[in-house]
Amino acid sequence: MSNRAKLGSLFGLALILIATYMLIQAGGNWDYVLPRRGMKIFAMILTGGAIAFATVVFQTITNNRILTPSIIGLDALYMLIQTIVIFIFGSSSLFIRNGNINFIICLGLMIVFSAILFKVMFRGEGRNIYFLLLIGLIFGTLFQSLASFMQVLIDPNEFQIVQDKMFASFNNMKTNLLMISLVCFILVAVYLAKYMKYLDVLSLGRDQAINLGVPYDRVVKRLLTIVAILISISTALIGPITFLGLLVANVAYEFLRTYQHKTLILGSTLISIVALVGGQLIVERVFTFSTTLSVIINFIGGVYFIYLLLRENKS
Amino acid sequence: MIEVKNVSKTYGAKYVVEDVSVSIQKGKITSFIGANGAGKSTLISMITRLISKDTGQVLIDGKEIGQWKSNDLAKKISILKQSNHTSLRLTIRELVSFGRFPYSQGRLTPEDWTFVDEAIAYMELTDIQDKYLDQLSGGQKQRAYIAMVIAQNTDYVLLDEPLNNLDMKHSVQIMKILRRLVDELGKTVVIVIHDINFASCYSDYIVALKDGKIVREGATAEIIDHHVLQEVYGMDIRIEEINNHKICVYFA
Repeated sequence: MSNRAKLGSLFGLALILIATYMLIQAGGNWDYVLPRRGMKIFAMILTGGAIAFATVVFQTITNNRILTPSIIGLDALYMLIQTIVIFIFGSSSLFIRNGNINFIICLGLMIVFSAILFKVMFRGEGRNIYFLLLIGLIFGTLFQSLASFMQVLIDPNEFQIVQDKMFASFNNMKTNLLMISLVCFILVAVYLAKYMKYLDVLSLGRDQAINLGVPYDRVVKRLLTIVAILISISTALIGPITFLGLLVANVAYEFLRTYQHKTLILGSTLISIVALVGGQLIVERVFTFSTTLSVIINFIGGVYFIYLLLRENKS
Repeated sequence: MIEVKNVSKTYGAKYVVEDVSVSIQKGKITSFIGANGAGKSTLISMITRLISKDTGQVLIDGKEIGQWKSNDLAKKISILKQSNHTSLRLTIRELVSFGRFPYSQGRLTPEDWTFVDEAIAYMELTDIQDKYLDQLSGGQKQRAYIAMVIAQNTDYVLLDEPLNNLDMKHSVQIMKILRRLVDELGKTVVIVIHDINFASCYSDYIVALKDGKIVREGATAEIIDHHVLQEVYGMDIRIEEINNHKICVYFA
């Protein structure tokens, strides 16, 4: 099967799942059901695409297929922000009740954090990307520990609210946030357009990329910034779910067997949409909301991750 | 011409390359020789901007490398490092087509494909051009990477230990190809090489490094000399003339 046919069938599968999701058990209340479900689908396409794209780019830059952008600590930072606010102001504070404020503040802080991290790391000599990842990892662990520290101290009822935030969810989508995210994504895409051509060459590694005339440091810095922005937006929108990226990027590599990023990115985006919509269908119709989407994604992703490690180990 | 002027590089307090100045003549094969850790690879990496230099200048056709636009420089000078590992699933032809990136930014024109085909033919890889890299032997892989550099069609071609891990037959084959690049296509080739007999038989000019400094440089015949090699390697090396080539005997 050619890659074109593979992409076509993925597209078909995504469409079927979306149609099923929209139409299943609607009970005739079309005016009520369709806009609500449409909103969720829209959010899934948006975040699924962003995460798939960010992960593929991140793995290309690092030349490593088992890393996810969450390694720079953005997920952990998100949880820390949520926990601190509930710890200090309580769950009834405006920040928690008003999704817009929450979104804007989380997004802002995550972007500021990545900006500072990149600024410090890319200054002067020795800007080794793995060093950046290591620092990110350490900060991530710090944020996580601080968050769990506060979580054990707060009132159990408040903890329920924190716990809610720990898992990605598409259940309370707000139109205005989606619109803000959409605008952000479009701006990022426009900014990104001229760097797209470098992705294939970057996957050959740093030395080859420089040899072939890629202004390496500049391009990598720009791409990492874009990755951080995309991850920040999708995390602020639905919660931590970057594990999804690892899953879909690797499925895309295995399934499409190509180095060309235009195929890989399109493929992983479609797989991501299939995973999210399919997962959400299972959550809603099979488990009747007794579990969350990220539990399912993390379960499948975790099993796949172990498989990858075992296989890498063998070769 | 490539002019290296007072270039230094330190890691911590240790000079890896210290105040090196050398000019590389056009249309010749220049070999960098020296013991492990003499700074050959570091020097060649600095010339090709893979690593930054602490002080000094590298001029390529009279212009500092920092002043060149990255893409224009990629049409002028190419570098092949010694370890070229990739986990990408690429065929030889796809790999070689990457060599055209500086010209076409990934959208190859028919003219670009002509260069790709010529480079593949030049390296005698036409029969296996659709094989994947992970199916190739070390020698074939090395030839595929050299084909990519040929497709890049730069005036200067720098190779860091191109014979690494190759057997005698493939080593000779690659050295002959480099010689042809210079004699037929008028390229300038710079290699870092460990086997001084290959340096002796195929290069025009030799630069000998030791402890980050140039100890000797000169035409091949001057450097392949008992006293000079004694100074460079600290070894007593006998030199015999066989078929008009100076051959160093250093095995026992």
